[in-house]
Amino acid sequence: MKVSVNWLKALVDIHMDIDQLAHSLTMAGLEVEEISPVAAAFDGVVIAEVKATAAHPNADKLRVCEVDAGTGTLLQIVCGAPNVQAGMRVPCALVGARLPGIEINAAKLRGVESNGMLCSSRELGLSDEHAGLLALASDAPIGQNIRAYLDLDDTILTLKLTPNRGDCLSMIGIARDLAAVTGATLRLPRVTANPSTGAASKAISLTATVACGRYTGRVLTSLNARASTPEWMKRRLLRAGFRAIAPLIDITNYINLERGQPMHAFDLDKLNGSINVRFANAGESMNLLNSQHVDLQPDMLLITDAQGPVAMAGVMGGLESMVTDDTTSIFFEAAYFDPDVIQGKTRTLGVTSDAAYRFERGVDANGGEAAIEAATHLAVAICGTPTTQIGPLCQALGQLPTRAPITVRPDRVTRLLGMQIPLETMREILARLNCNVTMVGGNLSVTPPSYRFDLRIEEDIVEELARINGYEKVPANPPTATLPMQAVPEGARSRATIRHILVDLGYQEIISYSFVPADWECDFAGNATPLRVANPIASQMSVMRTNLIGGLIACLKHNLNHGESRVKLFEMGRCFLQDIATLDAQPERVAGLVYGQRFPEQWGAGGQKGEAADFYSVKGEIEALLQGLDCRFEKTSHPALHPGRAAAILIAGQPAGIVGELHPQWPQKYLLPAAPILFEIDVQALRGTTAPGYRPISRLPVVRRDIAVVVDESIEMQALLDAVTSAKLANVIDFAPFDIFRGGNLEAGKKSIAFRILMQDTERTLVDSEADKNVSEILEVLGNKFGVTLRK
Amino acid sequence: MSILEAILSDAALTLTAVASLPALEQAKAKYLGKSGTLTEQLKSLAAMAPEEKKRAGAAINQAKSQIEAMVADAKSRIAKAELAAKLAAEAIDVTLPGRTVGAGGLHPVTRALERIEALFATMGFNVADGPEIDTDYHCFTALNTPPNHPARSMQDTFYIADSAHVLRPHTSPVQIRYMEAHKPPIRIICPGRVYRCDHDATHSPMFHQIEGLWIDEGISLADLKGTLTQFFRAFFERDDMQIRFRPSFFPFVEPGVEVDMEWENKGGKIKWLEIGGAGVVHPTVLKNGGIDPEKYSGFAFGMGLDRLAMLKYGVNDLRLFFENDIKFLSQFR
Repeated sequence: MKVSVNWLKALVDIHMDIDQLAHSLTMAGLEVEEISPVAAAFDGVVIAEVKATAAHPNADKLRVCEVDAGTGTLLQIVCGAPNVQAGMRVPCALVGARLPGIEINAAKLRGVESNGMLCSSRELGLSDEHAGLLALASDAPIGQNIRAYLDLDDTILTLKLTPNRGDCLSMIGIARDLAAVTGATLRLPRVTANPSTGAASKAISLTATVACGRYTGRVLTSLNARASTPEWMKRRLLRAGFRAIAPLIDITNYINLERGQPMHAFDLDKLNGSINVRFANAGESMNLLNSQHVDLQPDMLLITDAQGPVAMAGVMGGLESMVTDDTTSIFFEAAYFDPDVIQGKTRTLGVTSDAAYRFERGVDANGGEAAIEAATHLAVAICGTPTTQIGPLCQALGQLPTRAPITVRPDRVTRLLGMQIPLETMREILARLNCNVTMVGGNLSVTPPSYRFDLRIEEDIVEELARINGYEKVPANPPTATLPMQAVPEGARSRATIRHILVDLGYQEIISYSFVPADWECDFAGNATPLRVANPIASQMSVMRTNLIGGLIACLKHNLNHGESRVKLFEMGRCFLQDIATLDAQPERVAGLVYGQRFPEQWGAGGQKGEAADFYSVKGEIEALLQGLDCRFEKTSHPALHPGRAAAILIAGQPAGIVGELHPQWPQKYLLPAAPILFEIDVQALRGTTAPGYRPISRLPVVRRDIAVVVDESIEMQALLDAVTSAKLANVIDFAPFDIFRGGNLEAGKKSIAFRILMQDTERTLVDSEADKNVSEILEVLGNKFGVTLRK
Repeated sequence: MSILEAILSDAALTLTAVASLPALEQAKAKYLGKSGTLTEQLKSLAAMAPEEKKRAGAAINQAKSQIEAMVADAKSRIAKAELAAKLAAEAIDVTLPGRTVGAGGLHPVTRALERIEALFATMGFNVADGPEIDTDYHCFTALNTPPNHPARSMQDTFYIADSAHVLRPHTSPVQIRYMEAHKPPIRIICPGRVYRCDHDATHSPMFHQIEGLWIDEGISLADLKGTLTQFFRAFFERDDMQIRFRPSFFPFVEPGVEVDMEWENKGGKIKWLEIGGAGVVHPTVLKNGGIDPEKYSGFAFGMGLDRLAMLKYGVNDLRLFFENDIKFLSQFR
């Protein structure tokens, strides 16, 4: 809402500078977003009439003008504006005037003396208009200061009003609230009834009596719709962000702005028979005055005449019955419609309507008559002719909203605010807000005025009391509370712990969008039916991700394009599976990506030719992340991953994630020079570790034996390790590979694995023969199960 | 000068000059070896009369002890020198960079979040969590914003196709979910991603909020002011930071509050910045959460996490947070 400070000052007697005014409004909950003066600072500009113009002897585009600026003598001024002509009245900057950026001096322009400057809008900082001089009305008083004439010492405050304050969507509404906040006196315009001078009237009936609580109207005949809207009205409309259109329409907009009562003017001659307010019937349609054709729905409220819809109630008038330049008689409407009936309609229709914006938030149900009288007064003054007749006020009443008194308990006010407001102060505040207050028992019984739709319950009144009393007077209490200890299991890990492990392993955290392009879901998740966003902002943000891989790949690509060569990333975030009914379908995952060298390029580590990160280096890091969890890795397949280099991560036997190399088909499509290693793990599975426990440490010496065995290439390491573990060999405390060899004199399809065997007894030192026995037992287990032989 | 004096003086010269252990052994032999000069003197004792032998013998033995002491000194001096030489040879350039596995880092928004969680933990706030795709009920209706309510246009919501679900436009639905599952006293913060159809220099279609909720008997607007004032001063590490609370409207609170903080921008100009919305929890919201509004009251607040991080670290463009450029992200390690 744009508020002209001068207009506001005409309605409420305030004496404060603009900054104080803005502060008062903001602290009253009517936030001032912007303060902008109507015109730039300038002085010395008066209204002048161009008496005569003549060609400039030395310049084709300049004219030499004789100007009467009310100074007593005619001034010679050289002017380059194309529209300058004798007889026009224009702003004239006198010698000594200070305009934005320039000071006017007497000067010679191409050899001709010039004593001042005729001005365009832009030169006065009024607008960007500079096609020519600002032409003023032919009756503009010569010699008057232009600032006074155009009311330029005004400021526009842009208010950001919250949806509850529909009562402040008008100048009077804002003045009223400002008076309540500051205690200033209101000077509202007096509205007097216009005695009827004619009998012309409209019969009104209400079918939808709940939706339309009041419908007020009046017929005016023999008007001149071609009259000009007065400058003062145009100015107020323009400063409020409205366009001046034609006087009868301008009047309805003006009343709307001034009083917050939306109005409509119908061309009386295009209405047939009486007015009825009802909901639309199936199959009805109409043309709105913005030329939009609308198929009406049964929940849409209509103003109808004998032939059908003539307006969508509270939204927009109809095209056929709208006022035009040829209109001579009108029917003014000022109605009250239930907010529930209007809410949502403009969105359904895709129209913007200033009336609907107000009705949705609540319009004073008692404001109709005054609006009609004020509009009548303006219409007669502006468009009246000697034969104009004012019809009687016609009105139909439905069910007006009733305001039940609100019980306000002083102790509840104290409890909710954390401070006591004396009863007398409360009563005074509520009186300023035009609430009717009586005492019932020790409580206040508060009936808010009809325009305060937002005041319905005790808490609403509590807010009003705090607001008018001043939020700044509420103390800022250091909070006090009982503090029960939070019992967290020792094994539980926070998200922060998981993030910090990855950070310590050298991963940089990223945050990417939860909505992704549909082909990421196809490529990286094999998902052709992801959840779709109904109203995405762009197609690359149109579906919900089911894994975090796409975001990591995109981030890798971005950073490779920006000069990085080694990239190590992770993200923690939710994924969205197709079944959205449960929270479980939005699992939180942590995913990582490693690309390039295992270590940053540095001296002593091979420089640029350092070791590349691979599946196993990343797996080792994941194993660090999985400390304290019962985990295994199994070969798997995944749409994003290389079929031979992908593993499922099992935690406590349950699939909890994946790790692998990006499938070789994707680097090409996504323009990556090489395939990164990726992993993704469920965060919940990572959070519950087992708290550690003590095992006795044997002090006896450990015996080590190394063996090299020949194994079929198809046999996985995990199978060999499991076989030895499940054989439960006494004394064997560790069995682990330390080298793998292929080629040489090995048969094709075979690999040689060197194992380390550590053996120890808890009670005595092992002798060689016992160690030898363990080694042959291991070879026997592996031999029997996998045909493994000792390498010769 | 006696012969012994001459030997001692010669030994002193020789033994202080030797620079290696082999040279020392040689020098030692020159005096104390089988045919060393001092040994020769000992041999000469045999021909002496007993009285004279006793006197001369004592003198020779004293000289021998002196030479042995000189040898020991020399030995220790040489060992020290050799160690020094060895250490000197082993010296490295300690200014060469250390070997690194490469630094990782948190995203600045996470960094700010972890700090906020820690600050609120000191006041006994737990961290709660909720779904990002949520029902219309939890996002709006339960929060006192029925369908078609004008307040719904305060934010532009993303809808999930073919469903009644939305991408939550704020973290407030977690309030309802937490109240449904827990009884007062409730003291939580709920950080998380939120979504709105807005995309320009100051808006991202996905961003982060942090919601707070404190419900107990007798919790008031004054407690809200106290809690948030302390928080902002602690977070920005400025005890004199001015925090302003002014009336505003959110359907799920009454009285409603907008929180501004005084901020000096780069030009040194001080202005009020909107930093969060808050208020006393609306009784309808408490009822929807299964809590008796006559017995309990409380406050709720919501803040833009990204904005807090921007102000804290001096980041001037929200989009940088979601571009994920390592050169940007690595500044917050």
